[in-house]
Order: sequence, then C-alpha cells, then structure tokens
Amino acid sequence: MAGLATALGSGAMTNSIAEISGAKTILAIGTNTTQAHPVLALQVKKAARNGAGLIVANPKKIDLCRHATIHLQHRPGTDVALLMGMIKVIVDEGLADLDYIATRCENFEQFLASLAEFNLDAVAAITGVDQELIAAAARLYGSEQPAATLYCMGITQHSHGTDNVWAIANLGLITGNVGIPHGGVNPLRGQNNVQGSCDMGGLPDVYPGYQKVDNPDAQQKFEAAWGVKLSETPGLTHSEIFDKIHEGTIKSLYLVGENPYLSEANASHAIEAMEKIDFLVVQDIFLTETAQLADVVLPAATFAEKDGTFTNTERRIQRVRAAIAPRGEAKEDWRIVTEIARRMGAPGFDYNTPAEIMAEIAALTPSYGGITYERLEEGGLQWPCPTIDHPGTPILHTERFSTASGKARLMPLSFRESAELPDNEFPLLLTTDRSLFHYHTGSMTRRVEGLEQLVSEEFVKINPADAAHLALVDGEMVQVSSRRGTTTAKTKLTAVCPPGLVSMTFHFAESPTNMLTNAALDPIAKIPETKVCAVRVEKMTA
Amino acid sequence: MNPVTITIDGLAIPAQEGMTILQAAQANGLYIPNLCNHPDLDPAGLCRVCVVKIDDWKIAISCKQPVKEGMVVSTEDPEVQRVRKNTVELLVANHPMTCLTCERDGNCELQRVARYVGLEPTDLNRYRRSVRSLPMDRSNPFFEIDHAKCILCGICVRTCDEIQNINAIDFVKRGVASLIGTMGNKPIAESRCESCGECVVRCPTAALSPRHRVQPMREVKSICSYCGVGCGIRLGVRGDQIVGVQGDRENPVNGGSLCVKGRFGYHFINHPERLQKPLVRKDGELVEAEWDEALDLIAEKFSQHKGEQFAALASARITNEDNYLIQKFTRAVMGTNTIDHCARL
Amino acid sequence: MNAINTPADLGPMRDYCQAALGRQKVRFLVCAGTGCIAGGSMAVYQELQRLLSERDINVDVELLYEGKESDAGVGTSGCHGFCQMGPLVRVEPTGTFYTRVKAADVPDIITATLDENSEVERLLFKNPDGSRSVTEHDVPFYNRQQRIVLDKCGTINPEDIRDYFAVDGYQALAEILQHLSPMEVIDIVTASGLRGRGGAGFPAGRKWLGCHKAGGSPKYVVCNGDEGDPGAFMDRSVLEGNPLAVIEGMTIAAYSVGARYGYIYVRAEYPLAVVRLQKAIEQAKQYRLLGENIMGVDFDFDLYIFQGAGAFVCGESTALTLSIEGKRGMPRVAPRPRTTEVGLWDKPTLLNNVKTYAFIPDIIRRGADWFKSIGTESSSGTAVFALTGHIANSGLIEVPMGITLREIIYDIGGGIPHGGTFKAVQTGGPSGGCLPASLLDTPIDYDSLDEAGSIMGSGGMVIMDENTCMVDVARYFLQFTEEESCGQCVPCRLGTKQLLEILKDICKGKGRKADLDLLYELSHSVHGGSVCGLGQTAANPVLTTLRYFKDEYEAHIFEKRCPAKVCKDLISFRIDEEKCAGCTLCARACPVSAITGEKKQVHVIDQSICIQCGVCKEKCPTKFSAVECVSPKLVMEVA
Repeated sequence: MAGLATALGSGAMTNSIAEISGAKTILAIGTNTTQAHPVLALQVKKAARNGAGLIVANPKKIDLCRHATIHLQHRPGTDVALLMGMIKVIVDEGLADLDYIATRCENFEQFLASLAEFNLDAVAAITGVDQELIAAAARLYGSEQPAATLYCMGITQHSHGTDNVWAIANLGLITGNVGIPHGGVNPLRGQNNVQGSCDMGGLPDVYPGYQKVDNPDAQQKFEAAWGVKLSETPGLTHSEIFDKIHEGTIKSLYLVGENPYLSEANASHAIEAMEKIDFLVVQDIFLTETAQLADVVLPAATFAEKDGTFTNTERRIQRVRAAIAPRGEAKEDWRIVTEIARRMGAPGFDYNTPAEIMAEIAALTPSYGGITYERLEEGGLQWPCPTIDHPGTPILHTERFSTASGKARLMPLSFRESAELPDNEFPLLLTTDRSLFHYHTGSMTRRVEGLEQLVSEEFVKINPADAAHLALVDGEMVQVSSRRGTTTAKTKLTAVCPPGLVSMTFHFAESPTNMLTNAALDPIAKIPETKVCAVRVEKMTA
Repeated sequence: MNPVTITIDGLAIPAQEGMTILQAAQANGLYIPNLCNHPDLDPAGLCRVCVVKIDDWKIAISCKQPVKEGMVVSTEDPEVQRVRKNTVELLVANHPMTCLTCERDGNCELQRVARYVGLEPTDLNRYRRSVRSLPMDRSNPFFEIDHAKCILCGICVRTCDEIQNINAIDFVKRGVASLIGTMGNKPIAESRCESCGECVVRCPTAALSPRHRVQPMREVKSICSYCGVGCGIRLGVRGDQIVGVQGDRENPVNGGSLCVKGRFGYHFINHPERLQKPLVRKDGELVEAEWDEALDLIAEKFSQHKGEQFAALASARITNEDNYLIQKFTRAVMGTNTIDHCARL
Repeated sequence: MNAINTPADLGPMRDYCQAALGRQKVRFLVCAGTGCIAGGSMAVYQELQRLLSERDINVDVELLYEGKESDAGVGTSGCHGFCQMGPLVRVEPTGTFYTRVKAADVPDIITATLDENSEVERLLFKNPDGSRSVTEHDVPFYNRQQRIVLDKCGTINPEDIRDYFAVDGYQALAEILQHLSPMEVIDIVTASGLRGRGGAGFPAGRKWLGCHKAGGSPKYVVCNGDEGDPGAFMDRSVLEGNPLAVIEGMTIAAYSVGARYGYIYVRAEYPLAVVRLQKAIEQAKQYRLLGENIMGVDFDFDLYIFQGAGAFVCGESTALTLSIEGKRGMPRVAPRPRTTEVGLWDKPTLLNNVKTYAFIPDIIRRGADWFKSIGTESSSGTAVFALTGHIANSGLIEVPMGITLREIIYDIGGGIPHGGTFKAVQTGGPSGGCLPASLLDTPIDYDSLDEAGSIMGSGGMVIMDENTCMVDVARYFLQFTEEESCGQCVPCRLGTKQLLEILKDICKGKGRKADLDLLYELSHSVHGGSVCGLGQTAANPVLTTLRYFKDEYEAHIFEKRCPAKVCKDLISFRIDEEKCAGCTLCARACPVSAITGEKKQVHVIDQSICIQCGVCKEKCPTKFSAVECVSPKLVMEVA
C-alpha cells in the first residue's frame, strides 16, 4: 500500500471489480483469488472464459491455474526478478508504451538502467522459471491490452514487499495500462474493511484520507475540528507496538476486533507482550485467544447488529445495516468508544448515530467529501468522491496521478532475497495461504458448524516427493518447527506445492502457524514476511 | 443492436436484434412457460416447455430462437399447446406429489408451469407414474440433493460451469437413469464442489435445497463481512435471529453471487458463545461485570496511560465509523498517533 | 516401389500390384469378416496354409512383390455380405465361391483346385431349385445386387494397401490432385446426386460446399462410423473389408473442403475395424497418401481414429463431435450453427457416414453421370442394407435405389424361411418404422420410405414373419431408445419411458382404453418436442405399428389377446387330450415341472405353474402336435 502510494500517489485498487472480466490480459500474482476472494475470482474466470490471457504467477499450482494461459511457478520471494525480467523483455522487444511513459511517467532513464541486471538468464536462474515462459508472459502482457494486474498478500507480506509492489506498478506503467478501463494495478484487500480502516486513519502516520500527521496543515485542520492539540509525531506500527510493550513503554493497549494471538507473525513475541502489559482491553464478539489475556473484555456487536459503512477493495463505500439488535448487552464499537471518551471527560463524542459520524468524516476527509447516508441508499460510491454531486471514481489516474508532480514514478529496483531461506537445519520453505472455508483466525467461521464440517483442521501441504523423503504419509500428524517456534498439523500430500515448499493457513488455534513465521519487516510498509520462512517438518516423536 | 418488431399472439412488441423470443417476451412482460432457462445463463433448450410456433409453420424453442423483424410467434397454437402440455405432464408424472411439505411449495417453477398449461387430474391419470427412488445426498452441511425432485433442467450444471467455472457436477448416466452427479458419482461433499450454493439458489424445484431452511419474516440489505470484495447481501431475519443470507442481485460488486462463507457462514452471529456482557479480570479470572464497572475501570486506566504509554489496534472488520472514532479517540483523547490495525496481515 | 511421390506414380504402382497378383496361379481368399471369423474361418485359413505348405509347391501368404512366381497364395478378405452362408472361401482367378466351409473341407478344396481343376460340389451354394452356383455372380443373393462400396470387400486383402492399388485404389485421388480444383470435385459430388448415407439423406455436395465456404481454420473431416442400430453392420463391413476406400474418400473430401485433419469415429466394439483402419492409415502414411505433401503435392491431411464408448446417441453428428472433444456426447440443441460451420472444436467440420466416403473414389473415377444413372431421380446410387430377421438369406446387400422391398425380401433375401408368411419389415433401425405386406412394393429411396412412415436410416432391415407380435416389436424398439436416450431433453427422456411403460402394460394385458390415444398423442409430442433426430424419430415404431397394425393393439387391450401368441402374459399352453400320446417328452423338458401325466396317459399343464416358455410345444413330436398355444389366456379352472 505504501509502495503503491509512492509510485502512483494512491495505494488502492486503480480499477473496479466489474471491469476485470473485460480485460484482455490478467496477471494474477501473489493472489490465490479463488480461495481468498472467491466472488472476485468469478470475474477473472469469466475473462479467461471469454478468451483473455490469464497469467498466474504463484509458487504453488493454485486452483486458478486451471484457467490460466501461462503459469509462472516462481520461487517464493523472487517476484521482483520475475516482474523486472518481464519488463525487460517488453522494453527490449519494443512493446513498451513510450508515448504513455513520456507523458505520464517520470524517472524512466534511471529505471531503464536498473533493468540491466534482469536479463532472462539471470531471471530464470533466480526464479526457477523457464526463460521462454517468462518471455511469453511478457509478450502477452505487453501486447494484449487492456492488461490488469491483481495482487494480494503473496506480494506484500515480504521483507521486500514494497519492492514487489513497485515492480508491479512498473509493469503496469511501462505498458500504459494504468488509468485505463479494464486495466490497472489492483491490490486485493484481504478483510472486509481493510480499505476503510486505512481510509479512516487507522494508521500511525495519517489522519483520515491519508492526510499526514506530520503535515502542519492537516494537523491544524484536525485540531480545529476536534478542538484539541494533536501530536505531529507519527505513531508506532503493529509490530513496533509489541516491541514497545516488551520494553515497558506502552502500558495500555486497546485492541478492537483483532486476534494477534494467531495472526501476528512470530506470534509468541506478541503473546508474551500481551501477557506482560499492564492493562489490556479487548473488544470483540467472542472470547478469542487474545481476549482471554485481557484485563477487560468488552462485548461488541456484529456487522448484522449495527449501522455503518464498509469500504471494499475497489474503494466502494457501502452501507451496512442493523438487521437485529446486539446480542445480550453487546454494543456497537462506535458506541463503546464514545462511552469511554465521555467517561474520560473528552468533548466531541456526542454522537447518536453512525450517520452523524459519517458527516464528520466527510467534512474532514476530502476523498469522502461527498458521502452521505442518503446517497448511499442508492448504492455504493467509489472514492474519491469529493463533493455531494460527485458520482464517485471507478478508475483512478485517468488524467493524472495523485503524486505531487501528477506523474507516476517508475521505480528502479534490484533483487533482494527473502530474510530467511531454507538451510540444512530448516530445509523447507513455508508459505502461508487461506482456505476458502475459513476466515482469518477463524473466530467467526470456526463457529459455523457447516464450515467446520467441511474443513476443521490445519494441513501442512507438502509435495509427495518431500513427504516420501521424510517418510511421511498423507494425513499423518507432523511437527513443524522454525527458529521461532513449533506447531503440529496433519500432512496433505499435494502437487499444489512444488518440492521444497510447504504451505499452511493460520485459521486454526490448534495449529498456530504464526508461531513459525518470520516477523522480518518490510522497511517501508512494515509488513512482516509471513510468506517466506524456513521450517523443518518431522514425524511426531512418540 | 437494431430494434425489431415481432408479433406474439397478435401483439406487436419491440425487441432488439440478438434477443431470443423468450427474452423479448420477458422484456415486454409476457410469460412464456419455461423451466431450464435462467437469465444468468446461456439458454440450453432442454426442457422444451417454452416451445412456440414461428410464422405458422415451425415449432421452435423460444429460449434459443433469435427474433427476426416481422416474425410472427404463436404461444397458443394447438400443436404448441399439445407438445407443451404433454411435456409438463411427463415431468409431473415423474415427480413426487409432496408439494405441501416441499421447501419450494408456492415458489416452484414446475408448479407454475403446470398451473399455466392447466394440468387436469384426468390428464395425469392417463400416465404411468414413476418417481425415482434414489437416496438423497445429504453429505453437504449446507444443502441437500433430492434426485427425485430433479427435472434435469441443467441449470445447476450450467451455473457451476458458466458462472463458477468449477464444474463439480454434470449429467451422468443416460436416458431415464440420467441424473446430475459428480465425478464418479460420489457424494457432493467428496467432489470439487466449493459449496457456494449458487446452484441451490437457481434450482427451479427443490432438488437442491438449503438444509434447515427457515423462511425469514423480513430481509435487510447489507454487506458481507467476510472479505475485501464487499458483496451485497440480504440478511433474512426471523424474530431476533439471522436465518439466512441471499446475494443482492442489485449490487454491482457481486450481482447476487456469493461464496460459501458469505452465503452460509452467518451462524456465528447467533452463536451461544457470543460475548453478551463485559468481563473484568478479578483475581486472575475474567468474570462478568456491568458496563459501568468495566468502562469506569478503562477510563481510569487509560487516563493514567496517555501519550506514548498508550496504543490502540483498530480493526479491518469493523465499520468506517467505528474506526474513525477509535483513531479520533487515540489521537484526540489519548494524545498519541500510535494506532494501527491488521491491514498488513 | 514403396511411395507415391507424384500422382503420376500411381499408374505404374497399380500395374506393379496387379502383376504381383497375377504371379499367383491360384489364390484362396478366406473371408475374415467378423461373422465368418465367428463361424471359424480362421481355422480354415490356417488349415489352408498348413496343407498347402506340405505340398511341394511355392506357396505364399503375403503377396510376393519380388518377382518370384508362386503356385498358390492364401489370403484373407473382408466381408462378402453373405454371412448366413459363412465361413466363405473364394478361389481366384476362377471366382469359385464356397460356402459354409469347415477346416475339414480344406483337403477337398485343395485337391479340386490344384489337382483336378474342378470344384467341390457340396460346398457350392445350393439354389432353391437344387442346382449349384459356382461363382458369386450365379448366386441369386448376389446377382440382383449392384455392389459398389461392397464390391471390393470380399475380393481384396484389407490389410495390404497393394491389394487396394491393384483395384484402382487411389486413382481418384491422383486424378483430382493432378487435374481438379476443390470446387470441381465438389461439383462432381453435387452432380452425382449422392445423399448422405447416415440416414437423413442430406445432399453430400451441398454439405461439402457449405464446409468449403465456411471460414475458420483448421477444418476437419470426420467419418461417422458409430454404427449403433441393433443388427446393422454395414459400416463395420466396409471398414473391415475396404478401409482404404473410406480413407481415400475422406482424403478427397479434405482436399475439397480444405481440411487439415480428419477423424474416423469407430465404435470400440468393432476391434477388427479399428485394427484394419490402423494398418490402413499406417500404410497410407508410408506410401505418402496421408500426412504432409500427399503424393508430393502441396496438400496435407492427417487422419486419426477415435474409438467411441458405445453410446448410441454419439452417432448423432453433433454428439459425435462433442464426444471426440472428450465431452459427454449429447446432441447440440437447435437452433445452432451447422456442423459444417461450427463443428469439431467449434471449427468447420465435414461429417459424413462411412459409406458416403466409400462411394467417393468410384464417383470420381467413373463420373457423376455413372452414379446418377444408378438408382432413382431423387436418390441416386445404391443403398446398403443389413438384412436380418425371418429371412432365408440374411446378410449384407447393396442394391440400387428404387428397388422395391419385395425384390429385396423375396429375390435377394429368398423370402421367409420355413414356409412362413411375411408380416412386416422394419427399416432404419430403432427409429425406423414397421411396414406391412401392403407396402411391399414401396421403392427403396429416402422419400418413399419417409412417406410410408419409416426412414432409410443407415440401413438396418429386419424382416418379421407372422409369429411376430407388433406391439412387442414396438416395445422392443422403445426399450432400446429409452435406454439409449442421452437424457438431456424431457420429451425424449421421459416420453420414451412413458411410451415404453404403456407398451409393456399392453403386452401384459394391462392396457387401458385411453392408451391408444395417449400413445398417439405422446408419440407426436416426442416427435415435435425432442432436441435431436433420435428423439424426433424415437416414436416411429409406435406410430407405424399403430398405423398398420392397430388391430393387434386392440386385441391386446380389449380382448387381452396376443394374435401372434408372443406376449407371455396373454397366452397359455395346453395339451390336446385327443392328440397327446403320453410320450412324456414335454413333462421331462418342462423347466418348472408344470406338466403331469403318466406314461401313455394324457398329460396336463398346471396353468398356475406354467411360465409360458413354450418348450413343451417345441418338444412335442410333430406327429402328435398335441401342445397348442392359445390366446387369450386360459381361465384357470377352479378345482
């Protein structure tokens, strides 16, 4: 997200979901779309069915490969090499859109220079993908347009995730596919309102609408609106927070609707922090693993019990409506916050309805300026929607980019390996993914009997050759260890994983996968490298 | 697309080139009975119930026959009536007569068609009745398959193919033994079926029906809370319970499509383990407390830990309004920008 | 010579192969059609080889092309068609035609041929008047036929392409590659009046033209060899007996429509046809008659065999192409584009029957006028029928279109055996109709049969005598179509089922008064409502029997009587007290011990035990003829 914002000026999907089926070429990289975004995947499959070229770049032979024209099965963590290699083919073969680059991009010369290291020989060696296949994918992307790129956590959850995102942006820009219908660079947001929580300033460095906290204009604006003095110092990120708890700086943590016990990379670090902290408040709908560590647990309402809005991955703000009353004494999150604030004597929390909150959001957030509940009754609106009569923006960057110069920045890149690679001690590479049947840490889906009936436990997906080497059979309970911890799960022997690669989800508390993962952070986006770490799979000791 | 005019039973109606007769009729509010047609799918032409006569000479199926300028269509020609009625009679003679206890009673396409063609008991009595007795497939936790009620319209097969591209089911066997089945005719739960339920919502009879279905008293439009796609849904409510979820066909994001979680994963809302009261840790144990007690404690503690001693983690699952207030609280009340959430996970 | 590198090479090749054949003073050709093999012809073949090799003469099994003279050759041939009389052996060059040959007859055949220059009298075909026919041409079964596609089936070795060269094989292809444009070939096919031999009789020339004009690449030529009608084996015989004629015909078609690839769809139940096709394709490739640059000219055509899995419906052209694509074989639903435009893999596809292609080389070589001169105005050429049922000479026949049913049944078929009476003839396979004696003078052509309520079909012809129950016949065919319905459309899937259930009830004496109207009504709806030709014609056996034999239905329904005494639920067997001599034969044969009676005493059948199997009637010596079959059923006497 941060990466895309640097390159294009905005860190969201440039195009809309409904446009995907009209693309001539789709590159799906680092996204197991049919599992994690099944309804959006329908658009991808529809495009493929209508004859679009579908390039799936994924270390695993995921379900989407069934519909693919080309499957680039690259080694995890080598996305930069793969993408820059494709870009080099496109540039070398004269498929780059030079007019577009000239008018809409900057930094082309420096960018060209950085391509030198990505000749096909080198790229094939790094990625493990056949040269011809890379070249064929490049030609397809470079010649059959509009071409859309879809990506997800398989791109961002790396210690060089920002480089990955830049590489994707470079590919879209060099071929002139950004800012046109059915094209674009499209990060698929994982959870239902990730986009919205970012938009709302649920981030340490920005106010709502990505207004920087260290920008004095923004600071003044919010100080005026809220009637208080605000800090111009950006706050701490997720993993830094746990570090500061360990250090004893942070004494109170207010944790809403999250379950770091299972979701945090190198989870034991976070768990220990939460056990140690002076005062932990967890606000959730269930007594999650995390909530069990809390000093106070507040019962929250589910989405079906409250009014509000979600903003989806294509920046569409849509109305959520209360269908039933909150269970028991549970309350809506916004109401709980107002009650805490009021008890602390803070002014400015006298809201009676979410619509009033949205009015304040719209007043302070330019991209949400035209949003009102009345308008949302007619259907969702895609931001930027700055004024009350603005129809919303299905495609970003059609005229200019949201950078200071109005041009997109081509980012010179070089390849960096992942922070931790397999070695003798931990010979397998673990990557994480999602099951279609479960959601995140399973606090909701694991309480749905039918879903639990379909899939109720973790599996270590492992190539049959690796399994044979380790004398493991299908369905055998094994121990998986990394430098950071150990967990257990049953094996699933499958050719979906190439030899050397194992894969697990993180939905199951019984098999906490994030005990294994590496919290090595991307220096810019501060995202941990949950997609690559070194592990060892062993038979259970009796 | 060029506009054309066709005549259906003497009524001139406007249509577009490229439309089928059935589409043109439906666009003009005319009902031509049909069973295997579905607006989301390519026409299959299998049920043969939508037969019409064209230009007074040829019997054709209206779901596949394209309109042509000046085309004269009869839906009540005697030959059409006979073929259509016989076809429906054949289906009914092959169908269980358990309408009153059937999940689809009153909302069944076979009933609708039977009523339209005017089936009479005397007509039906001429037939040799035979209802297939195949065991129901109850292997899927969310829906069940009753082959006896299946009219083999193939809508489920086409849905799984054309829309979902999963192809978990297809026609298997031949002739009267034909049925919709999986690879190797194994139970649906052992197939590649992803339980999205798209076939279930399109089934014209109760051959595919949701398990433990409770009719809602009202529906509320909302947005699915499961992933970033943001599918439009209609929550079915009965009493104070959510009893079902339907895709919102008007929503531009999903056009009514849902995945297994979105359609069937709502039971957590009514789950008995839902937190219903605040909990406060006392003597190492979390015990139920009143809101006042919990909130007072929080206000007290937070007041002591303002600034860099405080951190908030908001959520990618709660609403924009919730998130806005949490960051506002963190910044304006607690005096720190240390607010983050799980966007990166 | 082992390749045809230019079209001009073919003349010398033919001469060379004919010369090779001529080097054999005598040639024994043993029929290796499926029927004769089943009858033991391979034992005859081996015995011929064994005994000839014991003689002090030059014998060869394969044709000798190396210049050496030989005294005798032994070879196999395709089906002669006269399967009733198999195993068949033909001696060349005299053309002597032996029937019902067993291995034990081989010494006599060798002696007569090699030593005595005579024939083995007892193995020659015996005419009804007692005289013997020496060659095929003298046999009435053959001499009323006009064999074109079957002509070479019994005279050449189908597993050796040189035999085919020797009988002008590939001359037609050489001719067109040298002298004719694709359109000129199509014009010849059009002018010949050839209609598709698959059953529907669509003009072949028009189909070829459609595919020729269709845009899209690559194009395909497909041969429909999915012969599924019960009792029909025309296509099998052609594929087994002269596979290269089909291949040459397809190659000519490919040239004409611009196709690059071809498929021959054969039933996996025809293993011999598959083997022979494989050998033929292999040899054609070796000789540069398939593959790239055929005969050295700029024309490429590759041919593959696809084995069907036994679904009758796959004989329907659109189901067949889907089946080749690996999909479930279900007919595509009209309105749909023509297969010539959107066929296999959605590409333009020419799909014809085996026999249609097999006619092509002859039509090209001998001209459109020659073909047009055979048959009738609207249906030119010959028709091939598999003659079965209650007929003296069953087998495969080829007759000019326009010949009457009577001529086929009585002149070629030799009439009804055992002095029986003709009752009905069923043409066109399970979707055909049953025609009564009053229509025996109907000429055989597409239009006349259609008018009579039947169809030409692909060429099944079942003759039925007076001991046939027409309701039972309708039931039999409906059982077939019901089982073979693909199941996709309601009228065919459930309509055939309903018709069958009603027919079964009628046969059981459970027919209702309303059934006649319902049968009629449903038959028309199945015809009008079904997706494909199979469904549309599925009710033909019902409609024609209702039309021509309604009295039998009425007897079943109203009198509970089966006039032909076939339907077991409507008949009883009883022993005539006057005639029974108490020989006990019947009692001993009865499988359910329903017959009691002391030796020399009158026997009695216990009707409550009897299962109407009829064994008692068969066993009762003709001199007594004491057992009789009656219908309706005897009312059981209360003791």
